[in-house]
Amino acid sequence: MTTQDLAPALAREEAGDPFALGGETFTSRLLLGTGGVPSLETLEAAVRASGTQLVTVALRRVEASSSASMLEVLDRCGVRLLPNTAGCRTAREAVLTAQLAREAFGTDWVKLEVIGDEHTLLPDGVELLDAAEQLVADGFTVLAYTTDDPILGRRLADAGCAAVMPLGSPIGSGLGIRNPHNIALLREGVDVPVVLDAGIGTASDAALAMELGCDAVLLASAVTRARDPERMALAMRQAVEGGRQALRAGRIPRRWHAEASTSFEGLPDL
Amino acid sequence: MQVTVNGEATELAADTTVADLVTAHSGGHDRVAVALNGDVVPRSSWPATRLSPGDALEVLAPTAGG
Repeated sequence: MTTQDLAPALAREEAGDPFALGGETFTSRLLLGTGGVPSLETLEAAVRASGTQLVTVALRRVEASSSASMLEVLDRCGVRLLPNTAGCRTAREAVLTAQLAREAFGTDWVKLEVIGDEHTLLPDGVELLDAAEQLVADGFTVLAYTTDDPILGRRLADAGCAAVMPLGSPIGSGLGIRNPHNIALLREGVDVPVVLDAGIGTASDAALAMELGCDAVLLASAVTRARDPERMALAMRQAVEGGRQALRAGRIPRRWHAEASTSFEGLPDL
Repeated sequence: MQVTVNGEATELAADTTVADLVTAHSGGHDRVAVALNGDVVPRSSWPATRLSPGDALEVLAPTAGG
C-alpha cells in the first residue's frame, strides 16, 4: 500500500477529530519541522505524506539560509508556517528573533525556543518564561518548547502561551519519551493544547505521546533523517492517528496477573 | 562609511538606506527581516531608514529548521 492509497482514509479519520490551536482549527495532529531535510523533493514528499498543516522554519543570516524555493515548496503544499527561535540563549534574543520572524513571515505565531546550552539543547526555563511573557504581551501566539516539568508547563500556560510543547528527550536524540509520567502530569495540569516536541525517534514514540493525552506531536529529525523520509512521515501520521484513537477508545487497566479472555466455563476434562 | 552587515565589515555609500541594503543582500529572498543595532526595522520603514557609520545590521532570511 502506498502513501497515496492511505492518505484519503487517514484524512477522513483526522477530519472527524479536529483540534484548536491559537484560535485556528487543524485536522492534522502532526507538526513537522524542516531541519535536516536532504533535498526539496524529499521535503515535499515528506510534507505531503505526513498530512501536516503546520511546518516549522527558522531565520538565519541570508547568506546561510536555504534557497528561496524551500518556501515555494511549502506554499505549494498549502501548509501554515511556524517560525522558531532556534539557537536563542536569552529572552532578549528570542523576543528579537520572534519580532524579526513576524516581519519576514507575516505571522505572529512563534515556536518559542530558548536553550540553556549547545550540548543538551535543553530549554532554559527562566529565560523561556520571561520571553513568553514579553511575547504574549506583544500580541504573539506563543507555542513554547519546554522541558517535561509539569510546573513550568503550568507557568507557561498561565503566562498566556497558546500551547505548551514539552520535550520527550533532547532535540535530535531520538530517545523517545524518557518520562511518560511527567508528560501525563503536565497534560493534566494545563487547559491549553500540549504538543510533544523533540526526542521522537520512531512511530511508537509518537503513538505513546498521543496515548498520554498530548493533542499533537511535533517532530523533524525522526522523519528528515530517516533512511526513507516519505515512508517515515506516513508512519508518523498513522502512529499519531493510532495513538489518538487509542486514547479516545480508553485502554484497559494494567493488571499484575493474567486475566483469561477465553472462558474456563465448559472446559473439557481431557 | 563603514557598517557591519551579518558580521562582516562593509563599505557603503553615505546615503544608503536599509531598503538599498536589502536589495543588495536579499539573495533572491522576498521574506527578509532586518535588525539594526539590535532592533527590528519594520519593512515599511526600510526606505526612510538611513544608515550611519558604525551601524550593525543583520539581514535574515528563512531556512530549514525544527
